[in-house]
Amino acid sequence: MPYALCFLLFMLGLYCAVVKKNMVKIVIGIMVMEYAVNLFLVMLGFRVGGIAPIIDRAQYDPVMRQVAAGFVNNSVDPLPQALVLTSIVISLGSLALMISICVRTYEKYGTFDITQIRRLKG
Amino acid sequence: MKGMTIIVKTISSWVKVLIVLFGIYIILFGHLTPGGGFAGGVILASSYLLIMLAFGREFVQKDLPLALDSKLDCLGALLFAMIAVLGLVLCDKIFFANFLYQEYLPGKAFDLISAGTIPLSNIAIGLKVGASLFLVIFLLSTFRRDTSVNR
Amino acid sequence: MYIFYVLLIFIIIAAIIAIETKNLLSAVICIGALGFGASLMFLFLRAPDIAITQIVVEVLGLIILIRSTISRDLTFISGDKEFFGTVISIVIIFVIFLAGVKVFETMPDFGTAIFAQVSEGASQTYIKEGLQNTGAANIVSSVILDYRAYDTLGETTVLFTCIIGATVILRKKAKKLLEEPDL
Repeated sequence: MPYALCFLLFMLGLYCAVVKKNMVKIVIGIMVMEYAVNLFLVMLGFRVGGIAPIIDRAQYDPVMRQVAAGFVNNSVDPLPQALVLTSIVISLGSLALMISICVRTYEKYGTFDITQIRRLKG
Repeated sequence: MKGMTIIVKTISSWVKVLIVLFGIYIILFGHLTPGGGFAGGVILASSYLLIMLAFGREFVQKDLPLALDSKLDCLGALLFAMIAVLGLVLCDKIFFANFLYQEYLPGKAFDLISAGTIPLSNIAIGLKVGASLFLVIFLLSTFRRDTSVNR
Repeated sequence: MYIFYVLLIFIIIAAIIAIETKNLLSAVICIGALGFGASLMFLFLRAPDIAITQIVVEVLGLIILIRSTISRDLTFISGDKEFFGTVISIVIIFVIFLAGVKVFETMPDFGTAIFAQVSEGASQTYIKEGLQNTGAANIVSSVILDYRAYDTLGETTVLFTCIIGATVILRKKAKKLLEEPDL
């Protein structure tokens, strides 16, 4: 059921990116889609009653070089978290690129409305 | 872009020190506590952004000119690539090998100096991400009402 | 478990307001609320690294959006929408949503550990031997900087390219070319 709510968020972002006519609204729609995808990936690795994947000093045995069984059996998945971490910073970079395109287009045409921008050549 | 009133300028020049300290802490302790290079780099960029919002754009341009910022950005990326190539050369022909942990400097667990090249990579990435994001926001803020509309 | 539903409903309501409102300032503020709700959700999903990164990135994103759009003179969106295209889009999106819900019913339940069912998989190896092989107590850091450092190099390249693209677009010298008449 939380997966379905996350997918609903993705569909809302897709609707906004397809239907709206203001350039800034299209950018907002793309950002909502990125948030939905990041949420979904981290939700895949969750475990009920889990603990964060950071080892405490009390859970490590330096003589035998082994981690306690309580940590191995209870920790959540660290792999989706590693992928989502880079994805969040990349979404900020792509937001900067999209907004710079919007600002440049506003300087030339004087409006954010995409139905009035006609002279897009090559 | 003009700055703000004198109360805002005074307080923000004190708060900037705390933000830079917090950002450096998040970068350096990235292998022991949550954080890492990405979050710390963004925090460092936002500290300079606070000064730009409070004092105006010309003040920051004298303090950290754009050419120096671009060079810091490239330096961060170059450091990260050099750590990778050093792993290739020094440790058994494996790209990105953690050569400090496996051969030269193991260190104890849970210390600040442990985990080999992971703190060095965190520093390189934090430098790169911080310089890039500050560069972009600075350039975006130069496009304000001083350019005319071309119709 | 109820906290997840509450936060997701809050996020969806903020997204609906951000999409439908006619005032650009309200839309940008609702994006801020959305990012904040997502950061809280990451905290409850036991991912503190990502919660820190999300909240800081969302603050910078808000500053970028506000500085470049609200200071323009145009903050209200006007104009009529075409009726037929909107209805077709809504119908297609609704059909895709129903198909997606059908797919999600075949997945394991939310909260069961999918990665623990394969006993020698990648995630189990990282958890069991992460501290011993790399020496870092934060397993997410050891994954992005030691086991999968090549992905981090790719991410650095993508960020570098985005910033170069934005710098080229925002040059001031190109204004001379803009003022020439089109041939």
